[in-house]
Amino acid sequence: MSKYVPTIGIECHVQLCTKTKLFSEVDNDARGKEPNSCVSPVDYALPGMLPRLNGEAIRFAILAGRAMNCEINALSRFDRKHYFYPDSPKGYQITQFYQPIIGSGYVELPSGTKIRIEHAHLEGDAGKLTHFDGYSLVDLNRVDTPLIEIVSMPDIHSAKDAHDYCKELWRLMCYAGVTYGDLYNGNMRFDVNTSLAPEGSKKLGVRTEVKNLNSFRSVERAVEYEIKRQTKVLDSGEKVVQQTLGWSDTTGKTTPQRSKEVAADYRYMPEPDLPPIHLSAEFIEAESAKLPLMPSDYRERFKSVIAEDIMEALLDYPTLMQKLGEINEQYVKNVSNWFASVLLAEEKSAEYLNDLPSAKDLNELAEMNEKKELSSTATKEVFLRLFDPQMKGRGAKNIAKELGLIQENDLGALEKIVDAVLAKPETQKAQEDFKAGQEKVLGFLVGQVMKESRGKANPSAVSEILRNKLTK
Amino acid sequence: MKTANKTVTAERLVRDALEKAEHFRDYNIFTYINKTGAIQKAREIDAKIARGEKVGRLAGVPYALKDNFLSPEGETTASAHILERFTSPVTATVVAKLEAEGAIMIGRTNLDAFAHGSSTENSYYGPTLNAFDQERVAGGSSGGSAVAVALDIVEFATGTDTGGSIRQPASFNGVYGLKPTYGCNSRYGVVAMASSTDCIGFFTKSPDDMDLLMSIASGRDPKDMTTLPDYYNNTKSGARLGDSRLAPARPSLRGSGAQSAPVVANVHETPTRRIGVIKDFDNKSVDSEIRNALKRKCETLKKKGYEIVELEMPALKYALAAYYIIVPAEVASNLSRYDGVRYGFRSDKSKDLDSLYENTRNEGFMPENKRRIMIGNFVLSSGFYDAYFLKAAKARTLILQEYEKAFEQVDYILTPVSPSPAFKLGEKANDPVAMYLEDIMSVSLNLAGVPGLAVPAGKTKAGLPIGLQLVGPRRSDKQLIEFAKELD
Repeated sequence: MSKYVPTIGIECHVQLCTKTKLFSEVDNDARGKEPNSCVSPVDYALPGMLPRLNGEAIRFAILAGRAMNCEINALSRFDRKHYFYPDSPKGYQITQFYQPIIGSGYVELPSGTKIRIEHAHLEGDAGKLTHFDGYSLVDLNRVDTPLIEIVSMPDIHSAKDAHDYCKELWRLMCYAGVTYGDLYNGNMRFDVNTSLAPEGSKKLGVRTEVKNLNSFRSVERAVEYEIKRQTKVLDSGEKVVQQTLGWSDTTGKTTPQRSKEVAADYRYMPEPDLPPIHLSAEFIEAESAKLPLMPSDYRERFKSVIAEDIMEALLDYPTLMQKLGEINEQYVKNVSNWFASVLLAEEKSAEYLNDLPSAKDLNELAEMNEKKELSSTATKEVFLRLFDPQMKGRGAKNIAKELGLIQENDLGALEKIVDAVLAKPETQKAQEDFKAGQEKVLGFLVGQVMKESRGKANPSAVSEILRNKLTK
Repeated sequence: MKTANKTVTAERLVRDALEKAEHFRDYNIFTYINKTGAIQKAREIDAKIARGEKVGRLAGVPYALKDNFLSPEGETTASAHILERFTSPVTATVVAKLEAEGAIMIGRTNLDAFAHGSSTENSYYGPTLNAFDQERVAGGSSGGSAVAVALDIVEFATGTDTGGSIRQPASFNGVYGLKPTYGCNSRYGVVAMASSTDCIGFFTKSPDDMDLLMSIASGRDPKDMTTLPDYYNNTKSGARLGDSRLAPARPSLRGSGAQSAPVVANVHETPTRRIGVIKDFDNKSVDSEIRNALKRKCETLKKKGYEIVELEMPALKYALAAYYIIVPAEVASNLSRYDGVRYGFRSDKSKDLDSLYENTRNEGFMPENKRRIMIGNFVLSSGFYDAYFLKAAKARTLILQEYEKAFEQVDYILTPVSPSPAFKLGEKANDPVAMYLEDIMSVSLNLAGVPGLAVPAGKTKAGLPIGLQLVGPRRSDKQLIEFAKELD
């Protein structure tokens, strides 16, 4: 199997979460809205209508570009790409064919592999068709939602890297704040080109393109499948047919969509209704400066504190990483563990992510935990209460007090409780057993002390005192 | 411009116009008569006048609207079958500005379907007849608008000029017709022909009327990103030509704010104004009566102290070829939206999506529309783009530079509008190239984005109007209109 080297290039469409559409002043957020309710005469291409460029989309493109370490072009233009289909009311898509706004750059995978970006450009999305028996319905809500199409160089050579690249792109776009990043609803879609060439060959093989993948897992599976399928084709002495394929998650297979033999001629033409976009160096600089910290920044910053697997799990949630950035350095390890092991396991974690406790509360909680004022169980309990709308804002310490979870660390007070327990007749047998060498009954005695203290005693301190008293 | 007042009411003006429109029905000027709407609006204005309220600068002035301007009044058909029964929910910016000043649209005028043509013979509703000879064409594409003004039905009419569609019918019918600087007037709400050359302008009986309309219609429109910052009303009366020629052709996101400064700087120190005539246009393909009319005007100007300069502009000979590549490409693109899916005509013979497109477009477009769509798609197709479209774009740059160079030597250029006066109906209808040659003197202005004003210049022996074309640098529209008075 290893005699072929796969080469993979990926095109990714990212829907931008601008307030209005790319070329009109209509609401760009059609989630949960009636079909064709977010459509202006410009979008449905009434005669005489002209596109008006959305400045926010330009600013988002700069952020997206900078997130991928890309050059931002001082001059870019729009072009028309023609095709007839009811999802395209104008009969053409406004895109950037000749001079895109985002130039070359790279994306670094968690493994350290760099995938180069060829370019990325702005364009308008198409509408949506739903097919029924004998007729189809057209919904133009999505028409001219701003997209950036990110075109990678063919730098990817495994299904795993394809997966990681898509995931990293998704993270970058979410961190940059330019998309809602909802993959299920198509906020990001991937077209994956795969070809195989014999090991050592300098020429690339014939490629196939799997269109419209909307999860990292399906990207990985589709590439795996294509590598296997193409290997089989080549092994049998046949040639791979250059074609566009669809992917089914259910069957786990790719199937041909349309043959490139009748390649569409899009008759590209400069868009005469939109002037060129001139961006000054100062403007690009000022907008780029708004880019928040990226995953790679957090990896670098926390690499000695947070374990790699926990880091990668947390990196999927930009709000968590931003919050960790505000936590006192000595507590980051603990707080990141609570985020990873407690929060992400919660059923409501998705809701919680957008409304995290303050850094002050988390620092306070971490401090109590470190001073052993809270047991690890109690710490988790207080941690979750910090998300509770009823409790929120009262402060970690107050919540711990209200719940009576603060541990008794005062040795004098603990000794008194221990003495009281040891004086109880029902502990006499256990005391004798321990003295006779039965180590495990210590746990029973600690439990009794904890019970007596109503859970506030610090168990390790208790066991220390008990041990001292019983071995005297 | 005769506006309404207490003695001559708006209703009177409107009823007169409607009566004249009815009287000249044979000329096939209108595709729609806005009788009820116009009278109602006139009464509203009269009520305002009676109450002593302020009315606009065009209060009660009846006008004719070329039928490719969108407004909810009547159907906007662009004289094309494919837009039959299309009622627009939006109003073109220029229409809104005129109506805000009290102008009253009494009817929509005939044109070559989608403004493709030079005779109005390509209209789905048949040709409009020349105001001076019913056997001859009105010119086009804005034929209906030109004749409506020439026959005094209305005081002004709107037009669109992509390659001569205002200037040529104006000259065929003896009225003033202005193609402004590209980007001076908003194209928003006007059925697009070729986006990079389309200009919105007017037909009037006098330069003063033209000036008034331009002061109302011009200016930056956020709905049209190719509009220039307002310069027309910042141009001082009597100002000399200025640094306008150095300004970029198109606004940019970066520079738009800085360009709004008034254009008044003097370039020429000498008091004598210099008028250019183009050597290449003085040849036998131009009707001798038109050439003589041009010479007579030059003599008049010399007597008034102007200097006449012969210009060599060799790049202009590529204008027609470049135009008939760039414009059809944009036409093919702009007409893609007429697919029978969302509005307008839809063929009922169709069984599936492909046949819906094919039948709708085949039945809905006129032969000339189809010819331009095919040329346009050909020159844009993969493998031909560089050879045709890109080369034409380069020729366009040369033409633009040639105009810039010319305006370093002269203030204005005076040329014929078309090689001949109005021709006979049917004379060129079956010869598309002969028809395209009609545009030979007008299209270079559209490619360069410079303004051109067609001015009446007498008549032929047979009594047909002759028109001359005044050309100025970009943004010299106001000076150009003022200078037209010198030609009288």
